[in-house]
Amino acid sequence: MSHGPSASGGALVAAPPHGAHHDEPYVPVFTGQARAELDTIMSRYPSKQAALLPALWLVQDARGWVSDASMEEVANALDITPAYVKGVTTFYTMYHQHPVGRHFIQVCTTTPCNICGAEDVVKSLLEHSGCGDLGLTSADGRFTVIEVECLGACGFPTPIMINNDFVESVTPESVSRILAERT
Amino acid sequence: MADVKMVNLTIEGRPVTVPDGTSILEAAKTAGVLIPHYCYHPGLPIAGVCRMCLVEVEKFPKLAPSCATAVGEGQVVYVHSPKALEARKGVLEFLLINHPLDCPICDQAGECELQDYTFAEGRADSRYREPKRFNPVEDFGGDVLYVQNRCILCTRCVRFMGDVAHDPVLNVSERGDRAYIGKAEGHDLTNPWAGNVVDLCPVGALLSKDFLNKARAWELDRAPSVCTGCSQGCNVVVETRDNIAVRMRPRSNDAVNQFYMCEVGREGYREFNRRDRAEQPLVRTGHSLIIADWEDAIAAASRAFAGKRVVVLASPNLSNEALFLLDRIVAHSNGQGLFRVETGVEFVLPGAPDLALRSERAANAAAARMFGFAELSSSRLPLQDGDALLIVGEQLDGIDAADLDRTAAIVHVGTTVPDVLAARVHVMLPITNIAEEEGTLTNLRGRVQRFMQAKAAPGLARPSWYVLADLLAALGGEGRYFAPADVFDALSAAHAPFATLDYDSLGLRGLPVLDQSIVAAGANA
Amino acid sequence: MGYPHGSHPRETPILSKYFGDAGARTLDGWRARGGYDALQQALATDPQELQMIVKDSGLRGRGGAGFPTGLKWSFMKPDGKIHYMLCNADESEPGTFKDREIMRWTPHGLVEGVALAAHAIYAETAYIYIRGEFTEPYAHVTRAVEEAYAAGVLGANAMGSGKRVDVHVHRGAGAYICGEETALMNSLEGRRGNPRIKPPFPAIAGLFGRPTTINNVETLATVPYIIKNGAEWYKQFGRPDNPKSIGTKLFSVCGNITRPGNYEVALGFPFKDFLYDLCGGPLPGREIKAVIPGGSSVPILTREESEAAIMDYEGFAAAGTLLGSGGVIVFDDKQDMVRQIARLVRFYAHESCAQCTQCREGTAWTLRIMERIRDGAGTAEDFDTLLSIADNMTGKTICVLSDSCATPVVSGLKKFRGEFEAKIVANRAMVTVPGAFRASAA
Repeated sequence: MSHGPSASGGALVAAPPHGAHHDEPYVPVFTGQARAELDTIMSRYPSKQAALLPALWLVQDARGWVSDASMEEVANALDITPAYVKGVTTFYTMYHQHPVGRHFIQVCTTTPCNICGAEDVVKSLLEHSGCGDLGLTSADGRFTVIEVECLGACGFPTPIMINNDFVESVTPESVSRILAERT
Repeated sequence: MADVKMVNLTIEGRPVTVPDGTSILEAAKTAGVLIPHYCYHPGLPIAGVCRMCLVEVEKFPKLAPSCATAVGEGQVVYVHSPKALEARKGVLEFLLINHPLDCPICDQAGECELQDYTFAEGRADSRYREPKRFNPVEDFGGDVLYVQNRCILCTRCVRFMGDVAHDPVLNVSERGDRAYIGKAEGHDLTNPWAGNVVDLCPVGALLSKDFLNKARAWELDRAPSVCTGCSQGCNVVVETRDNIAVRMRPRSNDAVNQFYMCEVGREGYREFNRRDRAEQPLVRTGHSLIIADWEDAIAAASRAFAGKRVVVLASPNLSNEALFLLDRIVAHSNGQGLFRVETGVEFVLPGAPDLALRSERAANAAAARMFGFAELSSSRLPLQDGDALLIVGEQLDGIDAADLDRTAAIVHVGTTVPDVLAARVHVMLPITNIAEEEGTLTNLRGRVQRFMQAKAAPGLARPSWYVLADLLAALGGEGRYFAPADVFDALSAAHAPFATLDYDSLGLRGLPVLDQSIVAAGANA
Repeated sequence: MGYPHGSHPRETPILSKYFGDAGARTLDGWRARGGYDALQQALATDPQELQMIVKDSGLRGRGGAGFPTGLKWSFMKPDGKIHYMLCNADESEPGTFKDREIMRWTPHGLVEGVALAAHAIYAETAYIYIRGEFTEPYAHVTRAVEEAYAAGVLGANAMGSGKRVDVHVHRGAGAYICGEETALMNSLEGRRGNPRIKPPFPAIAGLFGRPTTINNVETLATVPYIIKNGAEWYKQFGRPDNPKSIGTKLFSVCGNITRPGNYEVALGFPFKDFLYDLCGGPLPGREIKAVIPGGSSVPILTREESEAAIMDYEGFAAAGTLLGSGGVIVFDDKQDMVRQIARLVRFYAHESCAQCTQCREGTAWTLRIMERIRDGAGTAEDFDTLLSIADNMTGKTICVLSDSCATPVVSGLKKFRGEFEAKIVANRAMVTVPGAFRASAA
């Protein structure tokens, strides 16, 4: 809802233009094995609410992003309100609130990597991925590229994450090979 | 309170003694020192986020947030030291950098804490040279509009809905300077208590859609009153502009409604502005109702009742004074007093000790019961042949016209003339509504509370107690009353539960009746 | 070892001994390297004694705050209440990447330390909170926990001691502020990662309102060595004339340096030797211009100041900065300090939780001014405004993220004023004479 111009970054991922995903009927995530997994997770904490972050991860792993309908489902599973779930989901930057490319790429550009050429890596990624700009998904649906803050691998500049894979020491030259490996 | 440990400290040079565990901010209040603040509210859990209440405490390495810092023995607190003022000035500056500064079109102007504290402690200029953050206005549903640009993220609204209303439909969304108050798609502020977030909001971020652009705060006249939406008796303030009621807001009362009131109550102000008012006494002459002066009208009414058994159908929203006088009329004629009460769904405010939109949707049924009025369970009136009917304040919805035709005479005392009476009433005596008179009401817990006059009555309408006192006298009844206090004195002398109460000492927060079990026994709340 | 480089002879590899050794990752591998002896021993020892040993050792929290660990543990008494042990693995301080290596290479070392600490503070349940981006450490630590349960090292009867020790791994989701101890607790409870007002302190009311102790990964990984070898053993590391800084520390070195990586040295090591000898100094043809020695939240040092500093808590404090997390960020003379400070401010503005007015608005305002200066549209007034904002942001908020944002701005303006001024002068489109406007480092 925040439209900016916010100084500190605004939405990292752009909402896609009206897409079919909004019209499809929602298929619940917490059935079968996923439900069993959620129950196991819930047993580790004295309150249901504490399973919220893990539950959102389960949702994102299953569906690629966290939609309003998913937030309702999680809210019902944990006996909290959808508004509460939304407040938590929007706090943490790793949960996507829109669908993203099959390979979601996060590039660290914070100072330690910045002084080692991280911004050139970003340029190279945007060029080779066909995304056009940060936060947008490439036309073939393969890639979305965003800048993120310190990934905790400062000694191996520039680190990037591609979905859950952590790739160290990326250079502008190695970008095309890294992207080519991902269909 | 024998064993409460007390703490002594000094605030702005003044010695203060408060119970252990009190916050510095609350302790300062007892010394008459107001520490500026936003996120703190005595009805809400402490957040400590606005940072506006920072004070300097000797020997503390950093400034202390006074709302979240407990008093300590021997503390020396400076509220207006240079450091504290500097820090608060800084907070105000930060709050204003993205603020639209649209006071000329903002409803909060004149009752805005951002204006107030900036005027008192803020900068006179702005050092901000960057583009301002902009966000569109959002309709939160119910009566609430959210103007994100003005929001200072004090989170009072979020905490109210979560911790007091137990209905967490508001959240803080996102992070950093992107943060805003949000809600989930499809879940709106339809809770009957949600309107309180507008009162709680210190700035013009949360606004009442109903009140939008209606009046400026400094144009309003204010009178303390009591809500008549249900039997809870929330303390309110009726706000008028040029004699038209534009808003009702809660008044704080720890014993009744803390700081809150519900939507049903708030909407009640509209009733005060009805245009279809009865403004003149009317007396039936032949087929028509002719305007008469008060003397003649009262005389005509007493003639209509002469020698008959008077049955009174009273509204349970009448004041204690009016109901007392009606009871006298009933006794004088060996008649009977009746009332009907509308009911609705109860809606508790869980975070408050004893607060709900009560199922009994009238303000004074407790008094009606205490004075011996019988509650009608159907819409049929138990009339005997030859009875005269005195209708006071009742709109007669659903009453069978056949019952009305059975009466020997009908006198109507009210604010409007119900259609069904137009052809049947013998005398019509116009009265004020609750906003146009003063008196007392008794809530479901037996608390007697005063309401004050907020606006002038139309035409020749008179207060209900005044009219009934004249009518009682014309009928030959005892007692002469020249003010509501006189009626109250007679009331408390005649009815044991009210025995210890005195009109003046009721103040603006009311007092409980002597024996509350009487109230509980009769109530159906 | 200066992982990923080979170990330097002047290092003191205790925690880093097995960095790069994949065999250390398994339970058997860890046991073969002497692991879990300490835990076995500790489970048979009274927690009070464990607390005293750690107190005596002089170990201080390695996450950044440097609070004496044994003292922190001593707040936990046998009061019959449920206690929690928390491991802060939310490593997000720019320049810091040591906990990551501990978790990647010696996950069992961490598990052992967590279990030991849990027992020492009368807790039966421990949570390891790992930042969401650390997928590889998360996988290793999760597997290590599973192996430990399977082997009976964890569970209802940990290592046959009759004591229960449960360890759960909890994944964060992208928020630097969750490295703040009370924000971490809120996050674990399924809330927004907002820091809490203190008091109450975690030892009184922490996770789920219960007495809680929280320690950093490096701190917990160190504990088994102290228990196994004794406090006296640990006290041998450090400056003889400074008993306040004991032991070894992992320093994460990054930026414009020849050999970036994690180096483990005894506290009290001379910083000049560290930078030039162990880390190889600047890249060829370059000069070190500035160093941030303890993660981005501590004041920036000039080259001269760095070369004179001693690497321990008091040494860095005397140099006008802090040891912090030990994340060493090196800037050479090709870097634009204004640009980089602006980028650091952007980090803080992005990570602010939005509770406190000064942080929420101040970080963003500072960023806007810094970027405007960076892009050549600054004025001299902006410097005064920046310093005033920084002062208003310091010492007035629930947590110190606000202060941390102000720090690089203040030390940058103080020590690299010339670079800031050059941006202003450039703005006035004067003819530039090459070399005439050389940025001064003082």
